Amino acid sequence: MSADVLPYTVKPHPITGLYSGKFGMWLFLASEVMLFGAFFSSYILLKFSAPSEGAAAWPTHDERHLSWVVAGANTLVLIISSVTMVMAWLSLKGNNLAKGRLFLGVTAALASLFLAFKIFLEYIPHWHEGYTTSHSVFFGLYYTMTGLHGLHVIGGILVMVYFIGPGSKLWRSDPEYYTNRIECTGLYWHFVDLVWIVLFPTLYLMN
Amino acid sequence: MSLKAFHVVFVIVSSLLTAGFGLWAIRQWSVRGDFVSGMVGIGSFVGCAVLLWYGRWFLRKLKGVSWL
Repeated sequence: MSADVLPYTVKPHPITGLYSGKFGMWLFLASEVMLFGAFFSSYILLKFSAPSEGAAAWPTHDERHLSWVVAGANTLVLIISSVTMVMAWLSLKGNNLAKGRLFLGVTAALASLFLAFKIFLEYIPHWHEGYTTSHSVFFGLYYTMTGLHGLHVIGGILVMVYFIGPGSKLWRSDPEYYTNRIECTGLYWHFVDLVWIVLFPTLYLMN
Repeated sequence: MSLKAFHVVFVIVSSLLTAGFGLWAIRQWSVRGDFVSGMVGIGSFVGCAVLLWYGRWFLRKLKGVSWL
């Protein structure tokens, strides 16, 4: 039935060699690379065009008052979440829906933990200390880039929760199609984690 | 590119990050004598080793799965 409406949801397309969902996801991720790339370019340009002294100077590592310990812990959380995401996909490939859903649940829980760390251990304390978006160009970019990344994390959690709950009905009618959808979710989640892996050293470690 | 291939790329990038983070933390420790930095540095190197071991295990386990 679904193949009549949307062709190549399970079998690869003869030209691209990919099923439609995966091809669409890679096109979407290409647009995401451009979106985040624009922000990284802005960061680099603003950093290197900032004066070396004075109020408008780019803050040094110590002047940023960012906790690299919290960010490092968050990096570990996201790396583990990528592993559990792949385990969910592998479980479904092995025809084990219960295990697949369990690993998806663990991934969503880890993503929520990441957001909780970010909000309660970073954003709220910074905001109370006066490091708001208007504090400096650096903090403006910091909130924009990490906030945009955070929105992507929320998007990932929503998709995972959908596939654990109502979306899992698809398994009964077409398990391969459902497994492919989880693979696409995994591709998206790996991209979100890779963005953080670039954000972490850029914002927290580099002087 | 399948999730298998993207995951391998992810593990390689994560290994590089943990190794770099470990070097950064050890440097912090050597300059400031900060105990937390030293521990985080050692932890990062251990994490890098675990990721490399995991990457090898993953490649062996998914031998039959397509890269595309």
